[in-house]
Amino acid sequence: MKTVVLMGNPNVGKSGIFSRLTGTRVITSNYPGTTVDVSRGKMRLLDTPAEVIDAPGTYSLTPTNPAEEVAAGIFAQADLVVNVVDATNLERNLYLTLETLERGVPAAVALNLWDEAGHSGITIDVAGLEALLGVPVVPTVGLAGQGIRELVERLGEAHPSETIRPMSEEERWVAVGRITGSVQTITHRHHTLRDRVAEASIRPITGLFIALAVIAAAFLAVRWIGEGLISLVFEPLFDLYTPIVMRLSDLLGPGVLHEILIGRLFDGEIDYVQSMGLLTTGLYVPLAMILPYIVAFYLVLSILEDTGYLPRLATLTDTFFHRLGMHGYGIIPVFLGFGCNVPGALATRVLETKKQRFVAATLMSLAIPCMAQIAMIFGVLGPFGLQYVVMVFATLALVYVAVGLVLNRVVPGECPEIFLEIPPYRMPDLRATVTKTWMRVRGFIGEAIPYLFLGILLVNLLYAVGFLDLLAAVFAPVMETWLGLPAGAAVALLVGFLRKDLAVGMLVPLGMSPEQLVIAVTILSVYFPCVATFVVLLRELGMRGMLAAAGVMVTTALLVGGALRVVLIGF
Amino acid sequence: MIAMEKTLLDLEPGMRGTLTRFAGNPGFVRKLRTIGIREGKTLTVVARHPLGGPVVVEVDGREVTLGRGMARKVIVDVAA
Repeated sequence: MKTVVLMGNPNVGKSGIFSRLTGTRVITSNYPGTTVDVSRGKMRLLDTPAEVIDAPGTYSLTPTNPAEEVAAGIFAQADLVVNVVDATNLERNLYLTLETLERGVPAAVALNLWDEAGHSGITIDVAGLEALLGVPVVPTVGLAGQGIRELVERLGEAHPSETIRPMSEEERWVAVGRITGSVQTITHRHHTLRDRVAEASIRPITGLFIALAVIAAAFLAVRWIGEGLISLVFEPLFDLYTPIVMRLSDLLGPGVLHEILIGRLFDGEIDYVQSMGLLTTGLYVPLAMILPYIVAFYLVLSILEDTGYLPRLATLTDTFFHRLGMHGYGIIPVFLGFGCNVPGALATRVLETKKQRFVAATLMSLAIPCMAQIAMIFGVLGPFGLQYVVMVFATLALVYVAVGLVLNRVVPGECPEIFLEIPPYRMPDLRATVTKTWMRVRGFIGEAIPYLFLGILLVNLLYAVGFLDLLAAVFAPVMETWLGLPAGAAVALLVGFLRKDLAVGMLVPLGMSPEQLVIAVTILSVYFPCVATFVVLLRELGMRGMLAAAGVMVTTALLVGGALRVVLIGF
Repeated sequence: MIAMEKTLLDLEPGMRGTLTRFAGNPGFVRKLRTIGIREGKTLTVVARHPLGGPVVVEVDGREVTLGRGMARKVIVDVAA
C-alpha cells in the first residue's frame, strides 16, 4: 500500500486537509504546533487504498524540535508527498517545497488558505507555479473542502519534479525569491482597525489588560456554561433516574451485588457522591459532576485556539516563563493540561530542548489539575466556601512558580529564546468548534467512564479483602503526623493514580474539616500524575527523566502538605 | 538618504529597517530565513517587551516573536 505524507510549515492547515482526504477527524487549530504527533488515515488513490500520514509542521527538513524530528522521520517513509502550502505566505513556504522536491519523491502541492489569500489581495499564477515546480499545484480551502477532489485527482499524476534539481542552501533561497517574484502579485492593503486591535493584543501594556480580560472571560464562561448544564440538564436527568435505582436497590436487597451496583445507602437514600456503587457514584460523578465542565472547558478552549490568541499570550508571558526554565510557548501545555494532562504532556514537544520539556512536563503534573479534578475540587470544597477553593489554587500557582524557579537553576541544559510565528486572527467556525469540542468530550467519555468504573470496582474489592485498611495503617504515620489527615486518605491517594477525580470524591466520606480537605486535595494534585499521564510522561521524558520528575513530585507533595498543615491546622 | 546600520533590538516600536545581514551561525540564519526573516526584507518592530522580554516584528504582513538575543543578531539598515 502506498504511503501519502502531508508535509508543510506549521499552521498552514495540514490537519484540515488530512481530515478532508481521509474522512478522519483530527484536531485542527489556529496556532503552530497543534499537531505534535502523527495521525494516520486511509484514502483511495487511483482506486487503490493508500495510507495517509499527517506530519507535524516543519519549516525545513533539518529539524529544530521533537515535533519537527517526527516530521523529518515520516518524510522518509513517503511514496508520495502532498506539500501543503500557505497561499497567503508563499515565499516563506517555498523553501520546504524546494527541499522536498529536490529529494526526488513524487509530489503535489496544495495551495491552501486560497480564500484568505484572495481576501488579503494576493494572487498566485497557479499554472505558472506548476510549470516552475514541475509538479501538480491545486488551490484548496481545507476547512471548507474546496479543491480537495481536484487534489485527489491530480495526486494520481504526481511524479518527481523534473525542473527542481538538488541545490545548495544559498541557491535555494535565490530560487525561492525568483519563483515567488514571477508568480505572485500583491495588491497593497492598508492598515485597518482590525490590524490595530490585533497589534494592541501583542503590545506589553494593552496586551496585559486584554490578556487578563480574556482569561477572566474564559474562566467565567466555563463556570457559567458548566453550572448551566448541571442545573438545566444533568440534575433533572438524575432526578428522573433516582426512582429507578431505588427500585433496583429494593429488588436486589442487601448483598454483594447491591454493594457493587448501588453501594451504601445513607438513611435509606442514595448519596451519589458517597454511595460508591457503579450505577450510582459511577454514573453520577462522571456525568453530572465532571462532564458539564469538560464540555464547557473544551468549548472555550476551542474558541481560544481557533482565534489565534494563544501565540499572542505566549509572547506576553515569555519573560515570566523564561524565569521558570521555559519560554512563552510553555503556556500551550498549561492550557491543554487544564483539559487533560495527557495532551498537555504531549504538547511539551513544542519546546525545543530537553530541559524545557522536563520543566514543562514536571510543573504541569505538579500544579495543573485537569478539568475533571477541578470540577470535583469545586464540587467537594465549594459547599464549604469559595475561600477554600481559592486556597487550593493559590497554593498550586505558588508551587508552579516556586518549583519552576528552582528547576531552572538546577536542571542542566539550555533554555533557548522564544521564536514563534503569530498567526492572523481568524473567526472561529461554529461547526468546526462544535466538532472539535465533541471529539474531545467523546475522548473523555470513552476514557474516563471505563476507568471510573474500574476504580470503583477496585475500591469495593480491595475494601472487601481488607487491603485498603492495611494500606491505611501502613501510611498512618505520614498521613496523621506529617499531614494532619485521617489514615484513610492514603486510600484516596492510591486511587488517585487511577483517576484523580474519583480520588477527590473519595475524600468526602472521611468527614474531614475543610482545612484538611484543602491539604488532601492539594497533595492529590501534586504527589503523582494519574496512570494515563504517567504512561505518556514515561515515553516523553524517558525512564531517568520520569524518575527525576517523580522525585520532585513526591518531595514537593510532602513539603507543601507539611507546610499547609502548619499554616491551616497548626502543630 | 543616509542609511544607518543597527541591530533589530535597537529599533524602537514603530520603527522599520531593511535586513542587511545576520550576525549568527548558519543554523540560526536558516531558522530565521525559513520563518520569513530574510535579507532585503523590511522589518517593522511592533513591540519590545520589558524586563528582557521578546521583540515582535512584522514582515510581509505577518508577525513573528523572537527573543532579544536573536534580535541582537539581526542587522538592519534604517533610513535616516
